Amino acid sequence: MVENRPWLNFLSHAVLIAGVLMVAFPIYVTFVASTLTLEQILQMPMPLMPGDQFFVNYSQVLRAGTVGGSQASMAHMMSNSLVMALGIALGKIAISIIASFAIVYFRFPLRNFFFWMIFVTLMLPVEVRIIPTFKVVSDLGMLNSYVGLTLPLIASATATFLFRQFFLTVPEELAEAARIDGAGPMRFFIDVLLPLSKTSIAALFVIQFIYGWNQYLWPLLITSDESMYTAVIGIKRMITGGDAANEWQLVMAAAMLALLPPAAVVVLMQKWFVRGLVETEK
Amino acid sequence: MEKRVVFRSAWLPYALLAPQIAITVVFFFLPAAQAAWYSFQLQDAFGLRSEFVGLQNFEALFASPQYLQSFRTTAVFSVLVAFFGLAISLLLATMADRVLRGALAYKTFLIWPYAVAPAIAGVLWAFLFAPSIGVVTYFLRKFGVDWNWIINGDQAMLLIVIASVWKQISYNFLFFLAGLQSIPRSLIEAAAIDGAGPARRFWTIVFPLLSPTTFFLLVVNIVYAFFDTFGVIDATTQGGPAADTQILVYKVYYDGVKAADLGGSSAQSVILMLIVVALTALQFRFVEKKVQY
Repeated sequence: MVENRPWLNFLSHAVLIAGVLMVAFPIYVTFVASTLTLEQILQMPMPLMPGDQFFVNYSQVLRAGTVGGSQASMAHMMSNSLVMALGIALGKIAISIIASFAIVYFRFPLRNFFFWMIFVTLMLPVEVRIIPTFKVVSDLGMLNSYVGLTLPLIASATATFLFRQFFLTVPEELAEAARIDGAGPMRFFIDVLLPLSKTSIAALFVIQFIYGWNQYLWPLLITSDESMYTAVIGIKRMITGGDAANEWQLVMAAAMLALLPPAAVVVLMQKWFVRGLVETEK
Repeated sequence: MEKRVVFRSAWLPYALLAPQIAITVVFFFLPAAQAAWYSFQLQDAFGLRSEFVGLQNFEALFASPQYLQSFRTTAVFSVLVAFFGLAISLLLATMADRVLRGALAYKTFLIWPYAVAPAIAGVLWAFLFAPSIGVVTYFLRKFGVDWNWIINGDQAMLLIVIASVWKQISYNFLFFLAGLQSIPRSLIEAAAIDGAGPARRFWTIVFPLLSPTTFFLLVVNIVYAFFDTFGVIDATTQGGPAADTQILVYKVYYDGVKAADLGGSSAQSVILMLIVVALTALQFRFVEKKVQY
């Protein structure tokens, strides 16, 4: 702080508190709605204090989804989301770290060609090539499967870049020493490079876990079987009709459950999260 | 930058690259090539035969008022999302950079919407603004605003802008905060000694020094508005009412999946790819040059 200006300090806190309230408001209302009965939600205006239906609503959603609409159990859909998020995060890290190792620590024909091939994928988000990608996955018989949910999304230019940047900062002496001691490339990779990459891996994991958990368009396209729905898709499927036709208290309970795991990851792993975010985008 | 010390092996580097390259080819290049191929084809109504029609699909697109409308909608939407997303988060980040007490707590409370899926953000805001039962709708009615985004296109647009901005604030906030914290304190102190007040210091020193961050975020936010907001829109307006919120990505999905117009949808995909390539190139060009200092 350069100088002391009490009114400006007051203003800063006021703005920040307003910001926090704005960010928290929808979640608060969602939480309140998830503890009420449907009748309470449908009265205008709905109460803004939590009700007493917390256990009723959450156990209903976890066991069997909604009563009248989609009956896929939220617990099952969350386990699908978990498989998908972990599959994508770990898969991306695994294939990217070995690819960057090859690109940084070897000289071989077509090295730059492969590097650019990976780089170009940055420019092709799933959203712009929906139909042909869907056809490929369908031809391979991967619809409604975990492989179909994860595999097409695990190629990652950003992760490959991050590891490449990091490997380039690793001192040359380490590889030199390893070679003099007679260690082969894989030995060097496993015993030296992997332990050094721990922080990058953690940071990347947080970002990619959230990315995987929050996928929407892809699972929407390739899952038609209720048992393969992810949590985010499940909520969309619970909303069937107009304002009054939905079991809002259950939809809101499901929304709370679906946003809890990634939110917990962000808050608990804040340090890695910020690092991962700032580094992967650079 | 290259390594001096490298390993030698005739097959190992290829084996290490194989998984990444295989997935890239099967799920990126093949579909992208197919999209390009389909975009020159016209399928009959049953999807049995297709014939090569050259640029006809593209001509049809640019002759179609709906497609041009979708371009305009996308432009309005992404400008609104980028502007409000950047303005609000810059304000919050500037304030958070000032305060000493509680800075970490504010940061924690501001960053977690990043974790909320766009589709869920859409559901939450659609519920708040629901025409007959929404809490916000209730208060708007009290103030005499007739709120119903199901039938009012402008209100539908406002709803998806609010939901998209809300979700993106945390991301912008983190980058602005990191940018602000990297500005040397000595510059600001020197200006303060010379008698410049906080507002003057912000506009003449902080804001220009922040321009690389701002530019980077501008591109990221436009890309976000173009593509990642699919979930927000599908969970709220679904492009309606009467295509008033049908942005380009949503139209690709709608025409390809719901209306099964393979050629038209693929032609749209190709145009979108060109837009992404242009945006990415722009970003790299300017990030390299560091905008201005």
